[in-house]
Amino acid sequence: MAVIQTSNKACTVNPLKMSQPIGGALAFMGIKDSMPLFHGSQGCTSFGLVLFVRHFKEAIPLQTTAMSEVATVLGGYENVEQAIVNISNKQRARLIGICSTGVTETKGDDVDSYIKLVRQQHPELDGISLVYVSTPDFKDSFQDGWEKTVVKIIETLVKAPEPDVVRDPKKLVVLPGCHYTPGDLDELRDIIEGFGFEALFLPDLAASLDGHIPDDFTPTTLGGISLEDIAGLGNASHAIALSPHMLPAAQALEKKAGVPFKLFERMIGLLPTDAFIKHLMEISGRDVPVKFKRQRSQLVDAMLDGHFHTGGKKIAVGLEPDFLMDLSSFLVDMGCHISVAVSTNAQPVLEKVPTESVLIGDLEDLERMAPGCDLLITHAHGRQASERLHIPLYRMFLPIFDRLGAGHITTVGYRGARDRIFEIANTFIANSHVAKPDTWYPHPGEETAHGVHSTAH
Amino acid sequence: MSSVSATIQNVFNEPACPKNAAKSEKERKKGCTKQLQPGGAAGGCAFDGAKIALQPITDVAHLVHGPIACEGNSWDNRGAYSSGSTLYRTGFTTDINETDVVFGGEKRLYKAIKEIIEKYNPPSVFVYQTCVPAMIGDDIDAVCKAATKKFGTPIVPVNSPGFVGPKNLGNKLAGEALLAHVIGTEEPDYTTPYDVNIIGEYNLAGEMWQVEPLLKEIGFRILSCISGDAKYHEVARAHRARATMMVCSKAMINITRKLEDLYGIPYFEGSFYGIGDMSDSIRQLAQLCIDRGAPPEFMDRAEAVIAREEKLAWDEIMSYLPRLKGKKVLLITGGVKSWSVVAALQEVGMEIVGTSVKKSTKEDKERIKELMGEDAHAFDDMSPREMYKMLRDAKADIMLSGGRSQFIALKANMPWLDINQERHHAYSGYKGMVDLVKEIDKALYNPIWNQVRTIAPWSNPADSWQAKADAEAAREAAELAADPAKAEAKRRARKICNCKTIDLGTIEDAILASTLTTVEQVVETTHAGSGCTGCRGKIGDILADLAAKAGGPVVELTPEEAEARRRSKKICNCKEVTLGTIEDVVRAERLTTVAEVTAATDAGSGCTGCCEDIEEILDAIVAPAEELTAIAAE
Ligand code: SF4
Repeated sequence: MAVIQTSNKACTVNPLKMSQPIGGALAFMGIKDSMPLFHGSQGCTSFGLVLFVRHFKEAIPLQTTAMSEVATVLGGYENVEQAIVNISNKQRARLIGICSTGVTETKGDDVDSYIKLVRQQHPELDGISLVYVSTPDFKDSFQDGWEKTVVKIIETLVKAPEPDVVRDPKKLVVLPGCHYTPGDLDELRDIIEGFGFEALFLPDLAASLDGHIPDDFTPTTLGGISLEDIAGLGNASHAIALSPHMLPAAQALEKKAGVPFKLFERMIGLLPTDAFIKHLMEISGRDVPVKFKRQRSQLVDAMLDGHFHTGGKKIAVGLEPDFLMDLSSFLVDMGCHISVAVSTNAQPVLEKVPTESVLIGDLEDLERMAPGCDLLITHAHGRQASERLHIPLYRMFLPIFDRLGAGHITTVGYRGARDRIFEIANTFIANSHVAKPDTWYPHPGEETAHGVHSTAH
Repeated sequence: MSSVSATIQNVFNEPACPKNAAKSEKERKKGCTKQLQPGGAAGGCAFDGAKIALQPITDVAHLVHGPIACEGNSWDNRGAYSSGSTLYRTGFTTDINETDVVFGGEKRLYKAIKEIIEKYNPPSVFVYQTCVPAMIGDDIDAVCKAATKKFGTPIVPVNSPGFVGPKNLGNKLAGEALLAHVIGTEEPDYTTPYDVNIIGEYNLAGEMWQVEPLLKEIGFRILSCISGDAKYHEVARAHRARATMMVCSKAMINITRKLEDLYGIPYFEGSFYGIGDMSDSIRQLAQLCIDRGAPPEFMDRAEAVIAREEKLAWDEIMSYLPRLKGKKVLLITGGVKSWSVVAALQEVGMEIVGTSVKKSTKEDKERIKELMGEDAHAFDDMSPREMYKMLRDAKADIMLSGGRSQFIALKANMPWLDINQERHHAYSGYKGMVDLVKEIDKALYNPIWNQVRTIAPWSNPADSWQAKADAEAAREAAELAADPAKAEAKRRARKICNCKTIDLGTIEDAILASTLTTVEQVVETTHAGSGCTGCRGKIGDILADLAAKAGGPVVELTPEEAEARRRSKKICNCKEVTLGTIEDVVRAERLTTVAEVTAATDAGSGCTGCCEDIEEILDAIVAPAEELTAIAAE
């Protein structure tokens, strides 16, 4: 069990963390015809927009209530109202997902009552769904913004089914955590459909941010789960929550519509995938399709081939809590050591990271502790540390702005784990230290005239 | 907050901004910032602008006082390069939490400064104020003052919380911070008559390095560049330069002008984009030095380098001209560079079909007009949908824009090139211009375009998005046909005067209401045609049409007379070229593009307002001819 430590620095250097509202916005982006809207000054929106654009390399729908200094003092009702009216008229959004920001939370804008007032004043907007999530920047992190938003979407948009509803045995709801890529969701859909289910993902980034060429061009999301599908989630027979932070969402769905759920805390690697497949076998009553059997043996083979290279490797990981736990566990399952673990905010899940301690800190902390490690794993901002320390960086999560294909990096399923093992092992192979005349002798500290002793072992 | 608002008022009072000088006191107080539209805007904030302007100072620690949103979501994402320190790429933020919001963040800020000095020992720390601490009343000026005293390192407050305005304002507030706290605080070891400042150049993608070696070769000493690849001490010594070149329009005009006011350093506004602009800038900079005591022979050295570099660049570019001439570029660029890029592209014979000036100042817009002529569409708030439509109609061969709009172009299978902040290519000076041309050529002629435009083997051509978009256009047209009122509204909404944005309906109403009969009267009454005057021909047509409708003097013309009258219609008002002249040339020389017509007749070389008309003429003549050839070939 890992101890959670908090850095007591006043100054965050090279932030690992991103703000809560952009996590919320990303969740709204997995819904069709929706427009995420930040209630705050325009700059916050602009930064969020740039971040997603550079990661997904896609046009990103994100709007702002454009609070000026004066509006901030007077309160933002008019800005919220105008933004809603404009977005409904001009951009024909059917869902407007509102996230608050630091500015409006500091003032204490009561957006829930603003929305009530907008509803009264604008009956013509009755057909537009409005979901509001409180996501102050000065609290929590990206993952929390996502978590809260999915809960709010369920509470607001899922219709409670009739008490005597006949549940659709084929309908399965998937509630993915914030770190699953469009590629992950596609892989999961493939697996779940292999058992005869219709998988409904909430949110569904695979349908909106997978880089497809849209038929129609809209300023709102290019795809995602439809509002009708969300409303109808209540008569599903099963729900699956992926990652601990999706537990509240699964509970909300159960509370509202009585859909039973199963939570998978881990999704990466052989045993987690086995558990997932086993569950699908049980609830479907079907046998495993042959292709998954073959994929499993490919993964086993990859583990056998890869373990020579991954065994004993020291790794420094900096990620949001749930992903940190899952990915670290996978690496430890491959024989690696998690020498450094840094995360964004204290969550109980961090105790399950297979290492001694997890530091709530930033990439400066990671860089300070990483010398001697064989690999850094974090988002693209780890590149500076990687350069300075001459330790390779394996980019995960977001933002990944300096490499292509970030949306398709797949870690789940047998195939996802197989490909990750190959890539990570290949990184080690490419950076392996070959023996030199002075690798073993003289003893360190005795005679170092023949060059600098490798510090990486 | 009062000090911020005072600074902002100060910035709004900028006398060197001609736009500003023309304003009333009250107008000026409002500043140059347009009121933002909730739900219809997404530009950067003033903090963003301040950071963009100052972060290129490489050896300074840039500390952002605020919640994680301001720095955590955006750090190390700008492409300013450094030849030395990399400290500027380190993200420092106080990442304030709930407790700070309740009890104030000043203590945390002070501690943060202390930590930075202990760990990184920079020559200075710049502290950026953001919205939340500004709201709760954190006094960063006081904290910086105390920290400066305590640590003996200059700590510079940059008071530009995001919500006071857009990026442009932030640029200026950054300038104010430098003026108040940095410039003039140190003295150079020695000075020379060739000491100059370059202000407003950020060394994006290393662009300064396409310019600096030439300036050095000529003999200039760049005392201070604000702020590309700059060091703190250089900026502190900027007040001892002999001349200043202000790059990038007006973003930092306040620094430039105050250097003139306080230290008598003359300046000019120039650009390093485009060969002509680059050479002019070198000459002007040299002239300013000569005016202030450098020997006149200095110009000869400048001219020698200019001649050599121009020849090299043109030789290389010429090889691309046949491939690029007449190609149409849709230019969507946020901010101050629009006009510099326009100048550059025109040098290689490309046509600009539009430019977005969303974030440019009015001044920028004027420059674009000057360079491109009146009819250039200045797409102020072009929506993605419109952009897409425009690309689909293939009015453009390539789109140049910032990172955000690229996907629209790419999804419409249109060549695209990045020319904004985050780009990876440097396009300055002679070498940069050659590179830009190379890049455009590479993008335009990449073989993928023909492949990605094919449809999948299982698809029906009618289901492609192209077909759907066309169907939508057809449906719109049908709707207009079916609904005369709508069609009339659309007809009346056609813009006649682009300078004063006046539509057909307004002019018609004015003519009918006040029974106007001459073009001059219409200009007087509606102000249409009072700008570049390019639309006066159209106004004449409107008058004639209305007169005809009103059953005015209808004269029976013989077919010859009618034809002569038709041919005598003036197409290009600037160069006085008639329809007949153009038709004859097109037929005789088998011209097919507007550029060719302009070359042959001069029509369209003035305000370019008639280019669309010329295109119509071409269509009328060339298209049937092509069909005939096609039929004959079968
Ligand atoms: S608008 Fe204010 S809170 Fe938002 S990013 Fe800009 S400075 Fe930060």
